[in-house]
Amino acid sequence: MIEVRNLYKSFEDQDVLKDISVSFEQGKTNLIIGKSGSGKTVLLKCIVGLLEMDRGHIFYSGECFTEMSAKEKKKIRQKFGMLFQGAALFDSLSVEENVRFKLDMFTSSSHAEKTKRVNFCLEKVNLKDTNLLYPSELSGGMRKRVAIARAIVMNPRYLFCDEPNSGLDPQTAILIDQLIKDITEEFNMTTIVNTHDINSVMEMGEKVVYIHNGEKRWEGSNLEIIDAENKELHDFIFASGILRHLKKDEI
Amino acid sequence: MTLLQHIGKYTLLINRAFARPEKPRMYYIQIIREMVALGINSIGIVAIISFFMGAVITIQTAYNTESPLFPSYLIGLAARDSIILEFSSTIVALILAGKVGSSIASEIGTMRVTEQIDALEIMGINSAGYLILPKIIALVIIAPFLTLLSMIIGVFGGWLAGVSAGVITTPEYIYGIRFAFIPYYITYSLIKSVVFAFIITTVSSYHGYYTNGGALEVGRSSTMAVVHSSVVILLFNLILTQLLLS
Repeated sequence: MIEVRNLYKSFEDQDVLKDISVSFEQGKTNLIIGKSGSGKTVLLKCIVGLLEMDRGHIFYSGECFTEMSAKEKKKIRQKFGMLFQGAALFDSLSVEENVRFKLDMFTSSSHAEKTKRVNFCLEKVNLKDTNLLYPSELSGGMRKRVAIARAIVMNPRYLFCDEPNSGLDPQTAILIDQLIKDITEEFNMTTIVNTHDINSVMEMGEKVVYIHNGEKRWEGSNLEIIDAENKELHDFIFASGILRHLKKDEI
Repeated sequence: MTLLQHIGKYTLLINRAFARPEKPRMYYIQIIREMVALGINSIGIVAIISFFMGAVITIQTAYNTESPLFPSYLIGLAARDSIILEFSSTIVALILAGKVGSSIASEIGTMRVTEQIDALEIMGINSAGYLILPKIIALVIIAPFLTLLSMIIGVFGGWLAGVSAGVITTPEYIYGIRFAFIPYYITYSLIKSVVFAFIITTVSSYHGYYTNGGALEVGRSSTMAVVHSSVVILLFNLILTQLLLS
């Protein structure tokens, strides 16, 4: 479980996050949603410690991440897996080397054991026999799946995904969403996904947090979101004319 | 940002780069890769530049010392000292600042803007250490060899050009390059090459590591890396010459 308490973040004079308090549950896919520029990515980067927050606390399974020493933070980060918006694969390494990288860095397993684990993870994301390919030879969807394989290779306790289906076609996007959801359940991880994709919200939003102008405005599940009475959230969800029509028809 | 802030930020980054590696074996592999990428792949350009540098120095010295008062073998001596004292260390370092420095800054800068550095940090890896330290060690090890190679090729180029142009004979040139030879000059030149290698890798890594934005900024960082490395090399050339030769 990850808990955020009274988080504030600003850049120079601009307040980007204001008093965010929220908890993300273990074994569930937790979604942070909001318009572009609402502060989702900054919140996620504060949670993982890529950005220093101005005020507030982050707790990982009850341990205060904010007050940890650099060495302790490094240690807890070994339990993190992260899928970046652009996949962030290492260009100079092959698919296998990318996925194996963390194992090489932090384990003393034999080469055969590491290869077995890499193949297991690649199979999980339906990328069997791509070991020798380089990131430049992969499609956008494949890169994202390699990044997921890399993120789960050390059995992380926490999985973070920053806009996992941006730039992907709707079918591949749903495939990625489903993969994240399945992996979360299978490995009982605490997963936080940053998205503004309504399909993702409906597909995997077991817990949804809505951010608007740096403030938390709503939280609930994908089943509750349709009937939410928050105007900004309603406008965000039903931005598309077709969805508005569908809702009217349903009523 | 002021110069002092840049120096402070640079110092902190280099301090992080020298932190204890997570897994030394992974760093050794990186060092070998960097030695090939930064050093071995630079042999060609160093050889070409050194050859022509030696040739031009010899011919220019010959035309500037056309006098019965100057014995011909002094052409060899002047070429040798110019090559060893200045050209093989400083000029080669400036060439490397262009070739290696821009490559380091653009590589690390691209990794920054494509979030690959963030990915390393999230894994619990000291990105500064993993990306910068192997480059420093690799170039610091290989730069003295490149300097020695440059000296040999430079002196050879001088001989070939001098003899071909008919400004000096082979015995005179060989006598000149052996005349009043001070071995310490080679040590001095090698010390300079090590310091310059450190400057090139760290200044370029600094510019790459703090790239912010996109492709345009990566290009800008690369240019700044070359400019700043060159300026710092020239500054340290003066300081080291004063310290080591006075």
